[in-house]
Amino acid sequence: MKQASELYETYLRTDMLPTILCSGCGAGVVLNATIRAIDSLKMDLDNMVFVSGIGCSSRLGAYINADSLHTTHGRAIAYATGVKAANPDLEVVVFTGDGDCVGIGGNHFIHGIRRNIGINVIAINNYNYGMTGGQTSPSTPQGSVTTTTQYGAFEHPFDIAQLAKTAGAAYVARWTTSHPLQLQKAIRKGFSNKGFCFIEVLSPCPTSYWGRNKVRNPEEMYQWYKDHTIPIGRAEEYPEKIPIGELVNVEKREWTEQWASLVRKVSP
Amino acid sequence: MNAREAIGDTVQFVQGDKACVYGALLAGCRFFAGYPITPATEIAEEMSRLLPLIGGTSIQMEDEIGSISAVVGAAWTGAKAMTATSGPGFSLMQETIGYAVMTETPCVIVDVQRGGPSTGQPTRASQGDVMQARYGSHGDYELIVLSPSSVQEAMELTIRAFNLSETYRVPAILLTEESIGHMREKITIPDTVPLQSRPATEDEAAPHVPPFSPFGRGKKAFVTGLTHQDNGHPSTDDHEVHDRLVRRLCAKVCENMDDIFQADTVRMDDADTVIVSYGISARPGRAASEMAAQAGRKVGAITLKTLWPFNYAYFAELAQRVDHIVVVEMNCGMLYHSIREAAAGNATVTLVSTLGGKVADPTAILEVIR
Amino acid sequence: MIRINEDYCKGCGYCVRACPKKALHLSAQRNANGVTPPVADEEACTKCRLCEVTCPDFAITIEEEDEE
Repeated sequence: MKQASELYETYLRTDMLPTILCSGCGAGVVLNATIRAIDSLKMDLDNMVFVSGIGCSSRLGAYINADSLHTTHGRAIAYATGVKAANPDLEVVVFTGDGDCVGIGGNHFIHGIRRNIGINVIAINNYNYGMTGGQTSPSTPQGSVTTTTQYGAFEHPFDIAQLAKTAGAAYVARWTTSHPLQLQKAIRKGFSNKGFCFIEVLSPCPTSYWGRNKVRNPEEMYQWYKDHTIPIGRAEEYPEKIPIGELVNVEKREWTEQWASLVRKVSP
Repeated sequence: MNAREAIGDTVQFVQGDKACVYGALLAGCRFFAGYPITPATEIAEEMSRLLPLIGGTSIQMEDEIGSISAVVGAAWTGAKAMTATSGPGFSLMQETIGYAVMTETPCVIVDVQRGGPSTGQPTRASQGDVMQARYGSHGDYELIVLSPSSVQEAMELTIRAFNLSETYRVPAILLTEESIGHMREKITIPDTVPLQSRPATEDEAAPHVPPFSPFGRGKKAFVTGLTHQDNGHPSTDDHEVHDRLVRRLCAKVCENMDDIFQADTVRMDDADTVIVSYGISARPGRAASEMAAQAGRKVGAITLKTLWPFNYAYFAELAQRVDHIVVVEMNCGMLYHSIREAAAGNATVTLVSTLGGKVADPTAILEVIR
Repeated sequence: MIRINEDYCKGCGYCVRACPKKALHLSAQRNANGVTPPVADEEACTKCRLCEVTCPDFAITIEEEDEE
């Protein structure tokens, strides 16, 4: 096993560290798990492209020592679709957040899944728009205080992993930043699935979300994600908890494979 | 099968939309992403038929934002990529056109203009997107906008749009109209066309244009729409970094005006009056010039092929030579304002404006001259 | 040994929670960066690396003695 410092030198743009992320932000845990999964899969960084939109989560791609495309708000999956469709040999990873993925980018999300383009989407769900100061997002739990739901959010939030499953993603899993080893394993399995891979990671935003919702210490936040989640197999026993684990892992014909076979069929 | 073989006969009687597709494929376009919209849909249809025959890729996205985003993504793999739309879709694309400017992504956008604002007149021609093509995204920038006045030119200027976009690493827009897009004319298709590719090294690059590192080659390209340093790393608080970047992005277009600007002229040698127009409006413009000549008047005609970057020096010089500049446009006056600014009072500038899909009547242009 | 990169550490304390052996605690004193980095009890550490994989800031490296 590589030593961590060696791993970081290989996979990260260390001249950009420390990250711009706040103390206690979970996004770094996701980045850590991602590079470890890539290392254990022995993927070639020079053949990988990291695409992201706008938001704290979308800054992750730039820290990886590979080609990165930091795009416009909500559109990362559409850009990634272009990258993958134009060059199917590239391994494409999208870092996105709850607002980026299912708020402004919801249409690209469901249609990327529908066409089963072979990209790997990691959505860091921190329940709010953190970079702009903590506004309510499509995944904000009911009752939460955010800067735009000052008397408590009442809208019904999206269950993002369930949405991905319903739309037909080939791989879907949900973990939290308090489950880094399970998250690594899910990334390995998801990246190994040729179809659209979706991994939701529940992740604390200490600065913009939790402080307003009475969890003020990152260590307590770490514990919150342990205490409020339940392995998916036991979810029925604990309806008040968030199910975590693997929701889907199926083989399904991928878009670029289908396009290649169409080209073989019609080209003289 | 190569692109030329897929296109077929040398002489064809086709719509402008189809001619755009031919031009794109001849120029090396191998990726198309689009969304159906009248009057540009035929471009997506023809791309979906021809691209698989030549090993390219065509995809119908969920909307126009997705289309232009996929085009930018494809361009970063090294592909020559295009999308096509009309006014409402063109509006949706504006943010990403700005992104393509900021990230210096070569790509071509065809806007087959229809009447606006809003849903307007889907099946009627307009030149109402001239300002949006130039100013539609936020921030200071320059890009390249070309306008064909025939189906043959729709093909030729699409090729040119690709070549300029590649040379200067800037989005190039083919701004045509429903009338050209849906009109059928005889075109002659060349066997080979001049091809430009984005610069791979500094030696190959035009002034102010950095070399391009496509994804997947180990170059670890860092592409962001944030204000960035030369190495691509974000630097969003330093006014000097932003100032230098934005001025360079503008300079690489404006300082290469001699290469980018094109206009066709007739009867200009001793003209005291000149009719300036572009696209479908160039046809009544040229007809009015001919009718005036028959009546013994010295009336020249200029057909602009390049609308943006705007060639101020060209029109300033023109205003010194002639007394009267008549601008014919299918809008309430768009390029007219820039021409008047460039003329700086040295010539009278008059607008002949039509709306609603009506092309200007040559006799109406002659009225203004008289 | 547990090596802490104080240039990267933001003092969040995730490693403290992640450690099953309670081998880490946050320093009582702020360092030059204004953060309280973890302090390690080498005796208690079993090198399970949970702190390393949890650290959001790439600040922890568990070094294998026999590799030195």
